[in-house]
Amino acid sequence: MTDALLAITMLWIFVMIYTVAAAIDFGAGFWAMFYMKRKRNRATAMANRFLSPSWEVTNVFVVLIVVALYSFFPGATFTLGTVLLIPGSLVLLLLLVRSAFLVFAHSVEKYKALLTVTSGVTGLLIPAILVLVLPIAQGGFIEVADGLKRLDFGALLTSARTYAFSFLAVTSSLYLSALFLTDYANEAGEKEAYHIFRRNALFLGPVLMAAALSIVGAVRREAEWFYANLEANGILLILSLIFFVVGYGALFIPHGKDPSRLGRPRLAVISTAVQYLLASAAYGMAHLPYLVYPLVTLESGFTHPNTFRALFLSFIIGFLILTPGFVYFWKMFLKDTGYLKQE
Amino acid sequence: MDEILLTRALFGTTMAFHIIFATMGVALPLMILSAEILYLKTKDKDYAVMVKRWIKGFAILLAVAIPSGTIAGVQLSLLWPGYMKIIGEVVPLPFQIEIFAFFIEALFLSIYVYAADRLSSLMRIVSVSLVALGAAASAVLITNAHAFQNTPVGFRMVEGQIVDVDPWAAFFNPNFVVAASHVLVTAYMTGAFVLASVAAFKMLKAEPGSSHFIYYRKALMLGLIIGGLFSIFSAFTGHESAIHLHLYNPEKLAAAEGLFETTSHAPLKIGGWTDPERQEVKYAIEIPGLLSFLAGYSFDEVVRGLNDFPEEYWPPLFIRLLFNGMVGIGILLIMLSVIGFIWRHILKREVFPKWMLGCFVVSGPLAMLAIELGWLFACIGRQPWAIYRVLSTAEAATTAGHIAPLFVLFTGWYVVLAIITALVLYFYFKRHPLAEDIPIS
Ligand code: HDD
Ligand code: HEM
Ligand code: HEM
Repeated sequence: MTDALLAITMLWIFVMIYTVAAAIDFGAGFWAMFYMKRKRNRATAMANRFLSPSWEVTNVFVVLIVVALYSFFPGATFTLGTVLLIPGSLVLLLLLVRSAFLVFAHSVEKYKALLTVTSGVTGLLIPAILVLVLPIAQGGFIEVADGLKRLDFGALLTSARTYAFSFLAVTSSLYLSALFLTDYANEAGEKEAYHIFRRNALFLGPVLMAAALSIVGAVRREAEWFYANLEANGILLILSLIFFVVGYGALFIPHGKDPSRLGRPRLAVISTAVQYLLASAAYGMAHLPYLVYPLVTLESGFTHPNTFRALFLSFIIGFLILTPGFVYFWKMFLKDTGYLKQE
Repeated sequence: MDEILLTRALFGTTMAFHIIFATMGVALPLMILSAEILYLKTKDKDYAVMVKRWIKGFAILLAVAIPSGTIAGVQLSLLWPGYMKIIGEVVPLPFQIEIFAFFIEALFLSIYVYAADRLSSLMRIVSVSLVALGAAASAVLITNAHAFQNTPVGFRMVEGQIVDVDPWAAFFNPNFVVAASHVLVTAYMTGAFVLASVAAFKMLKAEPGSSHFIYYRKALMLGLIIGGLFSIFSAFTGHESAIHLHLYNPEKLAAAEGLFETTSHAPLKIGGWTDPERQEVKYAIEIPGLLSFLAGYSFDEVVRGLNDFPEEYWPPLFIRLLFNGMVGIGILLIMLSVIGFIWRHILKREVFPKWMLGCFVVSGPLAMLAIELGWLFACIGRQPWAIYRVLSTAEAATTAGHIAPLFVLFTGWYVVLAIITALVLYFYFKRHPLAEDIPIS
């Protein structure tokens, strides 16, 4: 494996982790808003209990990805930084509002509703815009004139790919978070919340599939080079589809301890995570050798070899040091029944 | 305004906004840790209450510190793609290691805040120490990237290509230790004075001798002692920074001091206004020889003047005001904390006169102002360079256009958010007054 390939693999793994964690985080914010008005409902409490300690950790991944991108591939930074100015800025503004209001909602009883709604809505807009990095990097939206690169907004806003990707990002958020919260509610023994989130997941699964198919259709028409590469990775896509079916199907298997309840949420979450892993692996591999089609390739954007070695070393050491911290965090908030069951 | 100036204004506004919350994010964990330790040692319940209330304020401020920092980090790539291309190739290490500092802080902060009731008192101290460590590390590391801009080493430019990269040499650039220690120490100083300000403000309204008065007096003294200590350190580290300017960025020191002619026995000029036409500083108090002495510990030290450099490389001369403002505030606050300490602990007075409390109330905002002035001085004083003698600001900037509407949008957003944050703090502490924790008596 070349250094550049190693670097893009690491970067892609970070993107993967962020995609899943952020989808759950953004979706949970939406559910907290959606069920806010119904008084005796435990769904909002469930979503909030997960969100409170976790949004900050998720947010660090945004920074991690940006830093990994410009340190591994400084050559791509120049192009991406220039063309993403406007969409990137929009995401940043929304992120600022969402994070702040999320925390503020717990501090000010009086405006809780307004703050929760704002953070819920911005939480859905962020993935819808953020995901546009993917179609932009697929090509077709960057104009080059006098050596300057610009984003062609007209083309971006009239492309089917734009809407297909946004649709997928939003449904992924909602589906993944509904699945995850089903499992979380199960862990906490919250029956009512369990049923609510399971029902949502059941509804959203087919919508998610429709979104994925709409992307394939749009890419086929607009980005032929990418479609051809995707076909070459067809096996991964089919495997991914199988894991989706397993994950969705797990919601219908009778519950272990309580056969009157349907669903094996842990199995559903795990196989859906595998589904995403496989689909992104297929996507990432199909994108090579381009980082930004057709302007930047893996090799042309790659950093200095000395820098790469230093970065790689510090990543390894850093994650070794951090692992106990993550484990402790997991124990405290995702496993500890004292925390999960509190009022 | 041209696009580059707008780009600078946009990034500068983001930083100026972020730094307020970031500074509190660095300093509050230290203050909370101090109060935790005092509580463990004295068993005085007032300190436990202090911890509880400061944590709440901290959590609210972090809700802005973190996303605004994320904005700063991403805007670096969006607004300064030319700059980040070099940074990415030569000094990405501080940014990357900083990620780990962020993770440590984020993980243990959540544990400290949301799992507080399930932690032993030892684990509480360990968690908050790790939060403080993570915050300090993130400040030190981000300053590293800034230090590199002043003293870029660890690579060579050959015909526009970067060659011979040594990322660790770039990391340990000559300015690193000095700049990082100044930033860290001034952050601690500022956070301490901000808390002292709040306490002094409450004391103005509390009944002298009441339980609340005594509580706030403890908070005030804790703030003044820590703030005073760190303001002395900040003068030393600031002095060290100035020596570094003398060695590595002489035109910046010359502009800060309004020195035009290279000379030994250079005088230190306090206050006044630089007049470029007549090449002098108007209305300043001059102390003969002191600048040479401060720069090299000898009156014979030769300090270089602006006329040694082509005029297009001069930084804007008004940076002298920024520099004087920062130093002036530093010295004022040292004196203020010494006065407060003598009054309370040497003269053993129970009550402070109103004018003294009034001075304490403004100490926090003044310290924050000094932080802003310091950054403005450091960044504007580096002009016309983004990376000293390597990359000009114009080459660093984005060519994407559309900066003006973004500037308006971001600035408006910051203003609104600042107001909302203030309101949230106000509403929260109004609904949870001190009387909830400590009965008035
Ligand atoms: C990573 C390092 C870094 C850090 C910690 C800061 N800055 Fe900075 N600043 C830059 C890196 C930078 C920069 C990206 O390098 C700029 C853009 C172009 C340049 O020369 O410096 C810059 C420019 C810049 C400008 C425009 C400069 C000018 O007009 O000449 C202002 C007003 C500020 N900054 C203000 C601040 C403030 C108030 C900060 C702290 C609170 C701050 N900067 C921290
Ligand atoms: C160009 C300069 C800077 C950039 C790019 C930057 C970037 C960031 C980023 C990305 C975050 C969010 C981290 C997260 O997601 O948790 C952040 C937060 C923070 N920054 Fe900055 N920062 C800069 C300057 C500073 C300075 C000078 C200080 C200290 C004096 C500082 C101290 C902090 C602190 C304490 C936080 C809070 C929370 C945390 O660590 O998670 N930053 N900054
Ligand atoms: C008391 C005497 C002080 C002196 C002699 C001093 C000196 C300096 C110098 C020379 C620099 C510029 C470094 C550079 O451009 O590379 C600087 C920067 C700075 N100062 Fe001070 N300073 C003092 C007090 C303060 C105080 C009281 C604060 C805030 C509370 C402060 C905050 C800063 C900050 C945030 C920077 C920018 C970061 C940096 O470049 O290190 N300083 N100071």
